[in-house]
Amino acid sequence: MAVVSQGKLKTDLQNEGRLADWGRYVTWALIGLMLFITLFPFYWVLRTALTDPTSIFAHADELLPHNATLFNFQRVLGMVDPASVVGQKASNLSAGTLNFWIYLRNSFLVSGIIMFGQTLFSSMAAYAFARLKFPFRDKIFFAYLCGLLVPGIVLFIPNFVLIRQLGWIGTIQGIVAPSFLMTPFSVFFMRQFFLSLSKDLEEAALLDGSTLFGVFWRISLPLMRGPMLTLGLLTFIGAWNEYLWPFLVGRDENVRVLTVALNVFKSQTPQGTPDWAGLMAGTVVSIVPTILLFMFFGRRIVDSIQFSGFK
Amino acid sequence: MAAQARVSQSQSGLSWLSRVGNNQALLGLLFILPSLIGFIVFFAIPAIRSIFISFTQWNLLSDAKYIGLDNYKTLIADARFWNALKVTVLYVLWNIPIQTVLAIAIAVLMEKVANSAMLRGILILPWLMPNVVVALLFVWLLDPTLGLINIFLQAIGVGKQGFFGDPNQAVASIAAVNIWRHMGYTAILIFAGLKTIPQSLYEAARVDGATAARQFWSITLPLLRPILAFVLITSVVGSFQIFDTIAVATEGGPAGASRTIIYYIYEQVFERRINMGVATAASAVLFLILVSVTAIQTFYFRAGQSDLADYS
Repeated sequence: MAVVSQGKLKTDLQNEGRLADWGRYVTWALIGLMLFITLFPFYWVLRTALTDPTSIFAHADELLPHNATLFNFQRVLGMVDPASVVGQKASNLSAGTLNFWIYLRNSFLVSGIIMFGQTLFSSMAAYAFARLKFPFRDKIFFAYLCGLLVPGIVLFIPNFVLIRQLGWIGTIQGIVAPSFLMTPFSVFFMRQFFLSLSKDLEEAALLDGSTLFGVFWRISLPLMRGPMLTLGLLTFIGAWNEYLWPFLVGRDENVRVLTVALNVFKSQTPQGTPDWAGLMAGTVVSIVPTILLFMFFGRRIVDSIQFSGFK
Repeated sequence: MAAQARVSQSQSGLSWLSRVGNNQALLGLLFILPSLIGFIVFFAIPAIRSIFISFTQWNLLSDAKYIGLDNYKTLIADARFWNALKVTVLYVLWNIPIQTVLAIAIAVLMEKVANSAMLRGILILPWLMPNVVVALLFVWLLDPTLGLINIFLQAIGVGKQGFFGDPNQAVASIAAVNIWRHMGYTAILIFAGLKTIPQSLYEAARVDGATAARQFWSITLPLLRPILAFVLITSVVGSFQIFDTIAVATEGGPAGASRTIIYYIYEQVFERRINMGVATAASAVLFLILVSVTAIQTFYFRAGQSDLADYS
C-alpha cells in the first residue's frame, strides 16, 4: 500500500514538474500583462506631454511623440508667454494662467505642513496611549477609533462652515487645519508600533533615574524613526493627492493646489476640447514628487501597506 | 499640591520640568492635548453639528431655521436622491467584485513565481497617484475621438465607444478607472495574507492528492478570510464614497447617470440653491448605510477571528 502510493506520488511529481514549467510561462505572461496594464497609462501621459500640441489631433494613434518637444512643459511652468503663442497653435491651447510653479509651491506647503504636524502630534498621542496611564485614556482612544468610521463628507460640510466662520476660506491654514493636529488613522498606526516596542530599554532607563519624558525623548522616539518616516510619507502623499477639501476651501489661484489646478485647467480651453498636451504636461509635473518619493522609499510604502492590513 | 508645585518651580525650573516629566497622568494629558483639540474641533463637534444642521433650513447667508424632519422628507420625495442611491450601489457592484477577484488572482500569481519587492512596488504605483490625475488620464485614453483605446477598438473592428459620455457605460467606466487604481494595492494586501498560510498545509494536501484548484478553494480562500474581510470592508466603504473621479470625468452626467450620493451632496452645497440641511441629511443617510454594510460584513466574515488559530 505504502509502496503503491509512493510510486503514484513519484509520477505525480514528474507530471507536476512538466505542468509546473508550462504553468510558470503562463504565470509570467500574466504578470507581464499586469505590468503592461499598470505602466502603459504612465507612458501615455509622458508621450502626450512631449507631443507638439498641433499634432495631437492628426497623430493621435502614434506610439511615439510626434515632433517631440518640451514646449508643453515650458507652457505649464510659465516659461512661455501665452500671448506670444498665436495662429494655429493658440486655438487649442488652454487660455488659463499656466503657472504650475504656484500650484507646485502650494501643494508642497500644504502637504509639508500637514505631514509635519500630523506625524508629530499623532506620535505624541500614540505614545501616551501606548505607555502612559492617565484619566479617561481608554475612553478617549475609543472615541478616536469611532472617528475612523465617520465618512469624510459628514465632516466636510460642518468643517467648511467652521473654516468659513473663521474667515479662512482661500487660505493655506484653512486647507491644512482639519488634518494638522491628527487623524484617527495616524494615531492608531503609531500606537501599534509603540505597543510592539519592548519595554525593557525604557524600564532600564527609568531605573537609571531618567524621567518619563526623558525616556520618550531619548529612547522611544529614536526607536520609532522608521515608523514615523513611513507615516510621514503616507501623510504627505495623502495630502498631496487630496482633492475635495482643497477644492472646497482653496479655489483661489494663490492657494490652489495641483489637483484642483489640473481640473480647473481641464475646463479652460476656448474650443471646449481640453488642451491635452498641456494637461498631460501638468500631470507629469504633479506626479514627479510622488514618483521620486516612491523611488527612494517604495519598499517602506509597500511594507506599510502590508502592515496596515494586519492591525 | 499646587502651592507645592509653585514653590518647587521657584526653587528651580529644572525640578518643575522633571515633576511634569515624571508624572504619568500630567505627561499623558500633555501629550494627547494637541491631538485631542484636533479631534474635538474637526471630528467630534462637526459630526454632532452635522446632525443638528440636518434638522434646519440653512443657506449659509441667513440664520438656520429649525424645521424638524423636513429635510429627510425632502430626500425621500426626491427622485434624484433615489437615483443617486441606485447609481452608487451599481457603482459598488461594478467596482468591488471585479477588483477583488483580480487582486486575488494577481496575489496568487505573485506568490507562485515572484517574491519581488520591485514588482510589488510597481503594482502599487497607480494607488499612489491622485484620483484627479488617474481620472484625467483615463478621460484622455477613453476620449471618444482621440483616445488611444477608442482608436484601438476601431482598428480591431469593435467600433468606438462612448465610455464616460454614454449613460449606459459611464458608471462601469468609472469603476474600471478605480479598479485600475486599486487592484495592485489590494493585491499586495492579499499577498501579505497569503504569506501567513503555512506551506505545510499545501504539502499535506498534495500528498493527499488535492489538485491546485482544490487547494485554492479548501486552503487558500478560507485562510485568507481575515485579510479578505479587511480588504472588502475598507474597499466597500471607500467605494460608496466615490467622488473625485466623477468630478473630473463626468460631473455626474450624462443626465445624472453617474451622480452618486457624494456628488448629490456636493450639488446641494455648491451647485444648486445652497441647501446645507438637505446635504447633511443625505450625508447622515450615507453614514447609516455605511455602518449597516460594515456591520453586516463584519458579522458575515467573522472578521475578528482567524481559522489559523484552530490550526496552530
